[in-house]
Amino acid sequence: MSIWEYANPVKFMATSGRILPACAVLAAVVTLVGLGWGFFATPEDYKQGATVKIIFIHVPAAMMAINAWAMMLVASLIWVVRRHHVSALAAKAAAPVGVAMTLIALFTGAVWGQPMWGTWWAWDPRLTSFLILFLFYLGYMALWAAIDDPDTAADLTSVLCLVGSVFAILSRYAVNFWNQGLHQGASVLRAGAVTGSDTEEKVSNVYALPLFVSMAGFFLLFLALVLMGTRTEIRARRIKALEARARMADA
Amino acid sequence: MKALLIRDLRLAVRAGGGFGLALAFFLIVVTLVPFAVGPQPEVLGEIAAGVLWLGALLACLLSLDRIFALDYEDGSLELLATAPVPMEGAVSVKALAHWLTTGLPLVLAAPVLGVLLHLPGPGFLWLTISLAVGTPALSVIGCFGAALTVGLKRGGLLLSLIVLPLYVPVLIFGAEVARRGVDGLAVGTPLALLGGLTAGAVALLPFAAAAAIRINLR
Repeated sequence: MSIWEYANPVKFMATSGRILPACAVLAAVVTLVGLGWGFFATPEDYKQGATVKIIFIHVPAAMMAINAWAMMLVASLIWVVRRHHVSALAAKAAAPVGVAMTLIALFTGAVWGQPMWGTWWAWDPRLTSFLILFLFYLGYMALWAAIDDPDTAADLTSVLCLVGSVFAILSRYAVNFWNQGLHQGASVLRAGAVTGSDTEEKVSNVYALPLFVSMAGFFLLFLALVLMGTRTEIRARRIKALEARARMADA
Repeated sequence: MKALLIRDLRLAVRAGGGFGLALAFFLIVVTLVPFAVGPQPEVLGEIAAGVLWLGALLACLLSLDRIFALDYEDGSLELLATAPVPMEGAVSVKALAHWLTTGLPLVLAAPVLGVLLHLPGPGFLWLTISLAVGTPALSVIGCFGAALTVGLKRGGLLLSLIVLPLYVPVLIFGAEVARRGVDGLAVGTPLALLGGLTAGAVALLPFAAAAAIRINLR
């Protein structure tokens, strides 16, 4: 038993077909529990009022926006090194999910920022680097769409993903250097995340617990969507192969 | 490699290869700015350093798709791939030729255009230095983008979409050096970071670009 045997599309289709329904149901349940708990069962913040509840979408979406790129990076590396097609297709399937998560994070951030900071948008390091991440996703997806040959497309997007990751990190710190901003620092996952006492820098457990549930839900949602997208890509490629074979038979 | 460099330079100068095109574009961008923001010298002087950096960056972008596209069309790129020179070397030489025909003229022209935008006196030196240090990185990054999109019909727009996000760190540090120079602040940190960025890009990106070209020629 090796993990690489799932790189076989047939094996992958069989296994993911069994996992996907469970994963989808679990994602829906956990996300709904997290959001429901967050929206209806938490008190309003003494300073922010009800708007604090945007956190239950904003933070998990932002987390997944970055993790989706990290997953694409790993999948691209696997494609470059071991040339498993499923890996390249998984990277392709993750990009639209990542871009959607980035958009959700940017949008909920704007909606949250308006009442809290008095502005929809600020050229703050975190906000700006997210906007740049969004542009990286667009370039990556455009390159996939522009190339006809699937293997060439997988190769070139992998190279772009590797180089883009380096530059995404560089931009992150360059932007930090360029402007100091409004956005608060890391305040959810700190030392003693659940057990520690509530401080100015740490989100109170009242919010942190449903937030963790919601994060898990978004993670499962991402997993389900990527599995579904990868399966679609594999099927699309099979259809293309069948069509090509039919054309050969006709000729 | 020297022959390749000389050939590229000749092509750029002679064959309507747009040697002066980037410069003309730079001039036009700078001319349009006062129409957009108003002709007041104080306003223009305030934004001059940033506008000049942005104009140089866009002018550089404009000439990127020429780096490999013509060689790809007439087949000389395949000859290059089979030549005894490693692809990485050929890519570096092509990036160097691009910088000599596009980046260097922009560096030399920027102070002159700075006069048009009322760039404050102390800014001229640092603007020139920051462009001289930063534009090689623009050429190499652009070379990588051009290598990715070389096989595509009408890849120009896609090339911009891919390359511009990669330009962000260079633009930030480069413009920061020029801005601090204008205000008479210390420029050491951003200048060092800009130099590091250029050195890293020049050292590593030819490998990525060569890989992309090999994939495209397969």
